[in-house]
Amino acid sequence: MAEQMLDAKGLNCPLPILKAKKMLSGMQPGDVLVIEATDPGSVADFAAFCSQTGNELLESGQEGDVFKFKIKKA
Amino acid sequence: MAEETVADIKKKSMSIIVTKGSLDWAYPPFILATTAAALDFDVTLFFTFYGLALLKKDLNPKFTVLGNAAMEMPMFGTHIAMPNFMAMIPGVDAIAGSMMKKMIKDKGVASLDDLREAAVLSDVRMIACQMTLDLFEYKKEDLIDEIELGGAATYFDVAANCNINLFI
Repeated sequence: MAEQMLDAKGLNCPLPILKAKKMLSGMQPGDVLVIEATDPGSVADFAAFCSQTGNELLESGQEGDVFKFKIKKA
Repeated sequence: MAEETVADIKKKSMSIIVTKGSLDWAYPPFILATTAAALDFDVTLFFTFYGLALLKKDLNPKFTVLGNAAMEMPMFGTHIAMPNFMAMIPGVDAIAGSMMKKMIKDKGVASLDDLREAAVLSDVRMIACQMTLDLFEYKKEDLIDEIELGGAATYFDVAANCNINLFI
């Protein structure tokens, strides 16, 4: 399974979601997208994004000021 | 019984009636439309009255401090409100508009051009109100190519099947 990385640091709502969606569109089911963001709103938003799109949120965490998400494409 | 597949489930959908075309009011419809599209919604925007200006090829929404009691600009480590009489001074609205655009850029908020482009790329359906074109003497050529023309009945034909219908 391929893994891709999205640097969404410094971007504000809704850009991290829009960019994640765009990258996921070009990936295969089962592939994993790793996202780094600094928008605190992205924690709730990526959970909502996955709940609405059926993609799986494997991981949602924080390292310092950076929020890190792992999403597995459905 | 066969398993329910994604294709069997009716796609979620949303419509927004967009009635305002100033810089600040332009954001909510485009943010909601692009995000809903990213969440797999079918999205339709219906642009009427001043909202129509957001479809102009040359997207350059203006900003005014007039009558906006809740607007407080972060300045000098505090928040400064603008009294209404300030708007009478030539150039104040232009300066406030530039400040707003700078804030938007500095805070990593998308530009309106980018959001509108994202809406086009994610197949957001955009309907321009024919009556408004006639009223304000716009031509279809003044607007971006990716739109269609329609009226209130066209809107209801869409809205009747939407899960979410908003008016902004």
